[in-house]
Amino acid sequence: MIIRAMKDDTGGQILLAVLLAAVLLVPILSLAVPDSSPLHLSTYTVTLLGKYLCYALLAVAVDLVWGYLGILSLGHGAFFALGGYAMGMYLMRQIGDRGVYGDPVLPDFMVFLDWKELPWFWQGFDMFWFAALMALLAPGVLAYLFGYLAFRSRVTGVYLSIITQALTYALMLAFFRNEMGFGGNNGLTDFKDLLGFDLQSDATRAGLFVASALALGLGYLACRIIVTSRLGRVTVAIRDAESRTRFIGYRVEQIKAAIFTFSAMLAGLAGALYVPQVGIINPSEFSPINSIEIVIWVAVGGRATLYGAAVGALMVNYGKSLFTAVFPDAWLFALGGLFVLVTLLLPRGLTGLLRQRSAG
Amino acid sequence: MGGQVARWQYLNPGKTLAETLNISHKTLLYVEGVTVSFDGFRALNDLSFYVDLGELRCVIGPNGAGKTTMMDVVTGKTRPDSGYVFFGQTINLLELDEPRIAQAGIGRKFQKPTVFESHSVFENLELAMAGDKRVWPTLRARLSGEQRDRIDEVLGIVGLREQARGLAGALSHGQKQWLEIGMLLMQDPLLLLVDEPVAGMTHQEMDRTAELLRSLAGRHSVVVVEHDMDFVRSIAKRVTVLHQGAVLAEGSMDDVQQDPRVVEVYLGE
Ligand SMILES: Nc1ncnc2c1ncn2[C@@H]1O[C@H](COP(=O)(O)OP(=O)(O)OP(=O)(O)O)[C@@H](O)[C@H]1O
Ligand SMILES: [Mg+2]
Repeated sequence: MIIRAMKDDTGGQILLAVLLAAVLLVPILSLAVPDSSPLHLSTYTVTLLGKYLCYALLAVAVDLVWGYLGILSLGHGAFFALGGYAMGMYLMRQIGDRGVYGDPVLPDFMVFLDWKELPWFWQGFDMFWFAALMALLAPGVLAYLFGYLAFRSRVTGVYLSIITQALTYALMLAFFRNEMGFGGNNGLTDFKDLLGFDLQSDATRAGLFVASALALGLGYLACRIIVTSRLGRVTVAIRDAESRTRFIGYRVEQIKAAIFTFSAMLAGLAGALYVPQVGIINPSEFSPINSIEIVIWVAVGGRATLYGAAVGALMVNYGKSLFTAVFPDAWLFALGGLFVLVTLLLPRGLTGLLRQRSAG
Repeated sequence: MGGQVARWQYLNPGKTLAETLNISHKTLLYVEGVTVSFDGFRALNDLSFYVDLGELRCVIGPNGAGKTTMMDVVTGKTRPDSGYVFFGQTINLLELDEPRIAQAGIGRKFQKPTVFESHSVFENLELAMAGDKRVWPTLRARLSGEQRDRIDEVLGIVGLREQARGLAGALSHGQKQWLEIGMLLMQDPLLLLVDEPVAGMTHQEMDRTAELLRSLAGRHSVVVVEHDMDFVRSIAKRVTVLHQGAVLAEGSMDDVQQDPRVVEVYLGE
């Protein structure tokens, strides 16, 4: 199945090979090579790379629905953030009595709000498996409900994109409120450890990098298996001629909802891996602009290729790191300019350019 | 109520919609007293129309007569304001949506040929193939040897064997028409609704299409909408003339051509 899914996908093969090499090399370069060596990778770099991989997974998830299903989701940042919050809640509960107020159960912000007991929706998040499950289920259930309602009423195109923006915006406003019980505008932070491993240690960071690389690799494979299956061909058929697909007997709403839900769960997984690496999750992750940024990564890398989305996420974010170091305030302009340039000059993105070169 | 029965039977997991079909009266499609209004304009006006099992029926009529709208109603694309549409005696089509109507056994070729352009010709046929089209079975679906043979057979029937691996988007207009007919065959429906199949075809291509449609009748009921009178004459046993959303005349080609009302509104123009 895996071989079949990867057979005609040179770009994907390269991506997986690079990921595999990174999984082997990065921990060695970070942990075994001495600090003095030029080959040594600093904790900062490892964390940065791990963060990029989470973005790449997020971009692959968006490409699955945008490139193959034709749904321009401008709300995937919400699914990413929900996964992140689920992980953040686990990390908060791991702090235990080491918080500023020293309450054994309640996170600091709840003590501060004078809450007496843990709200019901925080129950169970002291267990890693539960939090991990929620990081997938919360975005999944939201995406399914959203998809069921939107697709059933046959909302498509720009209108659908606008609703997805509204979805993430509404969640942002909700999570900003202290009464929601997710830490208000400060969000969740000051994490100490994950599964007993100190989050500040180099080894944990290397471990999180490896986990992110594996998640990206497996997420990529799963998406390839879908797009190379008959379901994937139906998905493209829906993208290109939705009503025709109905008339040959496919339940378009259900297929859309299924793919959309799966994609949201991948985004949630990316968010869950992202939060322990950056050490914070707050409502700004729901900001509509974040979701637009993801779409730009995909466009820059090349839509409907999957690996292009990953490449786009890595390159744009690397560029962002360089750019914001020099012009901290001008990034959004640069991003907007980049999007316009790519749309006008490279409709197939950077990987499309490469494919053209190698073919011609 | 027949509709109640159809819905109830659909929920019965033991039976597929196609299995609940009851055609003991030899009539496959009942369209009765159907009216469709668009902003007050009646595209179909109390239309009644019946298709027998295995027959090949041609529907003609001037532009705007309501031919395509009639197909839209039968396939669930347009909901009528009033009237009944039954498939066999039990299946109330007005209660079903497009995919269920397709699964019940009604296939359709559109007036403007619509194929999946970024898929190969072969894949277009594969997607149309009858079978379990729910999400999970579709994800797991593998082509069996038998199914490959069937696709190959249909490729032969519609004359697209050489283009099988090429993109459907690269086909000529006439070839797209054929691919769409091929997709219909893959669905293996009881009723085929074919809207203007020979538009854009050469005479040679038309002859082959006529032959193909004739060969389908018997095993399937076929309703063909067409403007080309020579073509209609070459295939039709029974012709229905639509005018202003209602049946103006029905009978053999010769009968309807001699009908003075038909001459007036249509053939005489
Ligand atoms: N969605 C719609 N909204 C408004 N009017 C419509 C719509 N669909 C069809 N009509 C009108 O209904 C009438 C019947 O249209 P229909 O397409 O059924 O005609 P037809 O017999 O198929 O004609 P043609 O031979 O040109 O294909 C036309 O006047 C058309 O303009
Ligand atoms: Mg028409």
